[in-house]
Amino acid sequence: MILVEDVSFEYPSGRGEALSGVSVKFEPGEFVAVMGENGAGKTTLAKHLNGLLRPSSGRVLVDEEDTRRTSVARLARKVGLVFQNPDHLLFSETVRAEVAFALHNLGYAGKTIENQVEKTLGSLDLTRYADVSPFLLSGGERKRVALAAVLAWEPEYLILDEPTIGQDYLQKERLRNFIVQLNSQGKAVIIITHDVEFVAEAKPRVVLLSKGRVVGEGPADRVLSDADKVASASLVKPQIAKLFDQLSRFGFPRDVVDVHRAKQLLEDRLREVSVHV
Amino acid sequence: MSRSFVTLRSLEGFKFYGRKTIVHNLDPRAKALFITTVFVVSLLFTNLYVLLGLLTVHVPFLLAAGVLRRWVYSIRAGALLAGIIFFANLLTGSGVLPALALTVRFLVLLTTFSLFFMTTSPDDLGLALDRVGLVRWLSRRWLGFPNALSFTFTTAVRLVPTLAVDAQTVIDAQRSRGLELDKGNVLRRIRNYVPILIPLLLVAIRRSLELAEALEARGFPGREDRTSLYELRFKASDYLLVLGSSTVLAVSMWIFVIHPVLRLPF
Repeated sequence: MILVEDVSFEYPSGRGEALSGVSVKFEPGEFVAVMGENGAGKTTLAKHLNGLLRPSSGRVLVDEEDTRRTSVARLARKVGLVFQNPDHLLFSETVRAEVAFALHNLGYAGKTIENQVEKTLGSLDLTRYADVSPFLLSGGERKRVALAAVLAWEPEYLILDEPTIGQDYLQKERLRNFIVQLNSQGKAVIIITHDVEFVAEAKPRVVLLSKGRVVGEGPADRVLSDADKVASASLVKPQIAKLFDQLSRFGFPRDVVDVHRAKQLLEDRLREVSVHV
Repeated sequence: MSRSFVTLRSLEGFKFYGRKTIVHNLDPRAKALFITTVFVVSLLFTNLYVLLGLLTVHVPFLLAAGVLRRWVYSIRAGALLAGIIFFANLLTGSGVLPALALTVRFLVLLTTFSLFFMTTSPDDLGLALDRVGLVRWLSRRWLGFPNALSFTFTTAVRLVPTLAVDAQTVIDAQRSRGLELDKGNVLRRIRNYVPILIPLLLVAIRRSLELAEALEARGFPGREDRTSLYELRFKASDYLLVLGSSTVLAVSMWIFVIHPVLRLPF
């Protein structure tokens, strides 16, 4: 379990606190979305979870280990953090070497490294690029390599910073399926995003951040259909939630955010109507 | 984490912060004359007291500009080199005072550059460079356009803080992949920086290509007789600084050339 206890943080360059009094809990095997506007402190929070940043006050415990007293390399085994821009981490000559890099750093044995690399490349549909330079790949493919580079050591908690930026709809759909699949295998997945549509369809637990504070927390359908909460984090409701806002005068519930449940409710109503006719 | 932060924090001692103090408002040309004076005088004399005097001259400027704390960052960044200068001179047998003098000279140069870059906006610097005939002439010869060179310089200065942010992100990303920068022997430690330098270089190149395209899309370099929205104008404080600097410069040169006797030994 990752415990964030009353954490405040200020960057040395000043301009006030990036996080102030944040308390939040991430359970093993959980699926969570940390949402909020630009500058809300989402990435700052993410960097606290593997010890890259250490709280100015309060503390972060990863399985009861205080991040202030542990090295990032040690925490990284449990907490994998995938950065937003793949260009900030790709440097190897081949995709295979890129994915193996962290495994070498973390001290895995040669045979294990080989197996893990092949397995990871396969699961992300990258096997055919194994011997290609990561710099020759498209933006979406580079993003997948960056994900593979962290997924390779199978960290217990996987944090994805803005995974949907620069991805087209089809890729987002695949990414969502992939995340859901990972999560169902028992990995905790924490996504940092302001993509409400993506979150609405995936339905994780949502933590809303604004100006360095937690302003809302709960299941996606409840949080994302709550006009006040959504507005307080400078987000916009997902389209389905907007639609059900309009439909509420016909007796529909307002807390509907995903296509699946919307379809269910509408289908039921249509059936009722056709019975009456 | 502390290590990477410290490295980048030293850059704070050379980074411009938009403020409105009397030092920030000085004309960049006047400030350029000031640092030239400091530069020349500190190179003419190896007298410890003269050099300490030069260092002291900066204190009111640092205070007035409110950058004393950032200046400490730049000194901290130069501390290692200052130490090397001191001990290298001491060991080669120049004695304590001369070794100290040379160290102070280094600190004077560091301080004056730090003060200049912390308090002069890249835009003002560009405007000032654009007024220098030699810069325009060289720029026309090399780059085919009179203000291309000053623009290149301004852009380079402006990109430093952006690159510092990129560098921090790359360091964070690689540490998240288990990279430990300060692990292993010297050779290993140098090799540890490869995963930092390659992405940083590529990000910088990509950024500059994008910048070039964006500039061309906006009609750069434009017409030769381009005018400027902001014009630099000397104020009373600028005249005062120019007067003071040029007097010190002239007197120092006079002492150096005419009265070599006054080049006090230690």
